[in-house]
Amino acid sequence: MTHLVSNLTLKVWRQNGPADKGKFETHVIESITDEASFLEMLDVLNERLIGENKEAIVFDHDCREGICGTCSLMINGQAHGPQRGSTTCQLHMRSFKDDDTIVIEPWRANAFPIIKDLMVDRAAFDRIVESGGFITSPTGGAPDANLIPVPKPVADAAMDAAACIGCGACVAACPNSAANLFVGAKLTHLNLLPQGQAERYKRAEAMVDTMDEHFGSCTNHGECSAACPKEISLDVIALMNKDYRSAKFKNRKQLSRK
Amino acid sequence: MTMLQDRPTNTKLISKVPDGALVDKWDNFKANAKLVNPSNKRKFKVIVVGTGLAGASAAASLAELGYRVDAFTFHDSPRRAHSIAAQGGINAAKNYQGDGDSVSRLFTDTIKGGDFRSREGNVYRLAQVSVNIIDQMVAQGVPFARDYGGLLDNRSFGGAQVSRTFYARGQTGQQLLLGAYQQLSRQIGLGGVRLFNRCELVDIVVIDGRAAGIVTRDLLTGELASHAAHAVVLATGGYGNAYYLSTNAMNCNVTAAWRAHQRGAYFANPCYTQIHPTCIPQADATQSKLTLMSESLRNDGRVWVPKNFDENRAAHEIPEQDRDYFLERLYPAYGNLAPRDISSRAAKRLVDKGLGVGPLKNGVYLDFAEAIGRLGRPVVEERYGNLFEMYERIAGENPYDQPMRIYPATHYTMGGLWVDYELQTTIPGLYAAGEANFSDHGTNRLGASALMQGLADGYFVLPYTISNGLAPLLNKTVPGTDHPEFKRVETEAKVRFQGYLNVRGTRSPDYFHRELGKLIWDYCGMERDRNGLERALTEIPALYSEFKKDLRVTGTGEGINQTLEKAGRVDDFFQLGTLMCKDALTREESAGGHFRVEYQTEEGEAVRDDENFCHVAAWEWTGDENNATRHEEQLSFETVQLATRSYK
Repeated sequence: MTHLVSNLTLKVWRQNGPADKGKFETHVIESITDEASFLEMLDVLNERLIGENKEAIVFDHDCREGICGTCSLMINGQAHGPQRGSTTCQLHMRSFKDDDTIVIEPWRANAFPIIKDLMVDRAAFDRIVESGGFITSPTGGAPDANLIPVPKPVADAAMDAAACIGCGACVAACPNSAANLFVGAKLTHLNLLPQGQAERYKRAEAMVDTMDEHFGSCTNHGECSAACPKEISLDVIALMNKDYRSAKFKNRKQLSRK
Repeated sequence: MTMLQDRPTNTKLISKVPDGALVDKWDNFKANAKLVNPSNKRKFKVIVVGTGLAGASAAASLAELGYRVDAFTFHDSPRRAHSIAAQGGINAAKNYQGDGDSVSRLFTDTIKGGDFRSREGNVYRLAQVSVNIIDQMVAQGVPFARDYGGLLDNRSFGGAQVSRTFYARGQTGQQLLLGAYQQLSRQIGLGGVRLFNRCELVDIVVIDGRAAGIVTRDLLTGELASHAAHAVVLATGGYGNAYYLSTNAMNCNVTAAWRAHQRGAYFANPCYTQIHPTCIPQADATQSKLTLMSESLRNDGRVWVPKNFDENRAAHEIPEQDRDYFLERLYPAYGNLAPRDISSRAAKRLVDKGLGVGPLKNGVYLDFAEAIGRLGRPVVEERYGNLFEMYERIAGENPYDQPMRIYPATHYTMGGLWVDYELQTTIPGLYAAGEANFSDHGTNRLGASALMQGLADGYFVLPYTISNGLAPLLNKTVPGTDHPEFKRVETEAKVRFQGYLNVRGTRSPDYFHRELGKLIWDYCGMERDRNGLERALTEIPALYSEFKKDLRVTGTGEGINQTLEKAGRVDDFFQLGTLMCKDALTREESAGGHFRVEYQTEEGEAVRDDENFCHVAAWEWTGDENNATRHEEQLSFETVQLATRSYK
């Protein structure tokens, strides 16, 4: 049944453009139904701000069902808020109680510059995928889909890794702003499948090298996996490291043959 | 031979379905289509707007062929498009299960599912290329579900009696989109595609009757810019957000299609909207969107309501004899897998009667108790685990212990830009793909067919048809962005956006969107009638003039302003909403998702009027949203017999 949550104090990060210093702005939500999602609570606040002739708070969001990876937000210092295994858009006000103070910040990482308020630029993720996060298979040339059986445990493990939504919570949660969970997830997805073998080591080297241009280094804190809305396992980083190490040998060997 | 399809009342509505037997049409087209030599392809620039399944697959494939492609998305990344949210699966006539499927079976199911209001030639082609899609996506590494032998697994979906749906847990759309996105990314990395992200189309430029390019607004800076090309593809999705509450993502909008319409592209069947039966019911007034629960749940879930009006026991305490499994009762042959339109209406009628469940009595039960008993919890968890979790997060109830509550919600729009067999709109050089066009689903789309159509259009249709359109342009000059028409359209857009800022009224764009959505839902939703539609056609324009007088957009036009973006989208929804109601009013029959109360049998089933309405209604913009002109493309059925659609 519906209940009301009352007297919430929001401290929201406002920053008018990348060059602005930015500051916290305080708003009080007198009461809101606990059926409302966290982003719906921000909608209500934005409606109020427009009513007061003020600019609405800018934040990224789209599908509001936890799959597009557009929404972000550090809520009380936790990426996507207090609920494990879910995105900000899936967080509901029933996770909060009367008189709570809620601090809302953007992802903070050098590789994700702040655009405005709570919106950041995550294009570095796309650059990594462009460098090798694919299987080269031009349209039209594919053999019959059942030609190569994929053992179920392999398909399942690939799917577990492929569930990544590219939201960037892993980077935001990491004290080093490392993107190893994101890159490891894509490499695990593609490198486990028989279709991904031809480019396996080229892919590992290209993606990791591009990652290193943008992001910090992993020191095995594991915050990424704890913050991941899809609960992607740290194992993907182990596989990435193994393949990258092998790639350095294999690719060098191939080069010397040329 | 004169084709029956080619009997339009309007010379622009020539379907161009090739001659020959149905099974040969696509081969005949490919055999006769004009080609562009590989070394000449780089001389052509193609703009692709939208990076969902249709857009990403088209952009990647065209770039692989050698065309220069500019791809546009208003998202931060091409991977965000709403194709990503499709849960259940993708159909293909592979017949891997050996259960009697075939291309012609998928074709007839789709035609029948669409209540005989789609073009035979297009639908047959869709069924043909469906098999290539699965091959293509597996080669790209899409981790489809597999059986213990490592072969691909299938499930069944509404409106079909075979298992032809391929799936990747409850995230099939995500996995397919990521496959297409990765292929697009590869081309971006190679330089074949230039990507413009956070960049929204705000108008189409037509010069001498041909699409010459687009005008965009950079969402980060507010800057307007012109882009010229030899061809423009709109893969910009559907317009379900006209209803405000829908399962669409928050930013889905009709702007690209509507701008094209205003520039001369006919808009077909705008009243054909799909209300999906299994969504989580609205919980409160702050609700911003509705969440779909995959149709695949109906494979094992049983839909019911209590028999008694004053029922107040918890679901599990209600004994079998006091439950009405209404889909199984009404449609025994298909049971809980009756098609979407039919299942939705059945639920609505019971809720309207007062038999609804939940705190607001606005839902019906979808119950897994029997499945858990039959299969055991681990199997149910394996099949639907992530959907159950999603439900629990939103509704705060555990579906392993108590049945889900579901209710229909707007989900997909079958209407869209009119296109011919080549997916070209009535503006030469302007193509529409995926949900943005009207082509394949008639009045009702079958489950797991949206992903199929998006990828069919992008991977296997457009690359052939665009070459056919471009070949005659070889070595001819086309207008560049220095043409005065580009500047004129840019200025128009600038004035329009400044206009929203200048109103300085009292209500936000969201307020108007919500009010508009309520009108469209009430009058042009699951059931429509003449009175309601006529009322809508006075109430929508009244609200629209309020919008023009009382809108408030705070902030400025320079730099990011989400309120301003929203205002432009809501403006277009107003005009579209008017056309939806007009289309619904003039289609005096019931068919699929378009159910006119006046045209039904005693049992409440749809009554089509094939004598007068076996056609596509294609609307022409006249400069005034209240006075669009209706044209007809006659539909003729050579292979399938027109029949009353029955799932009993």
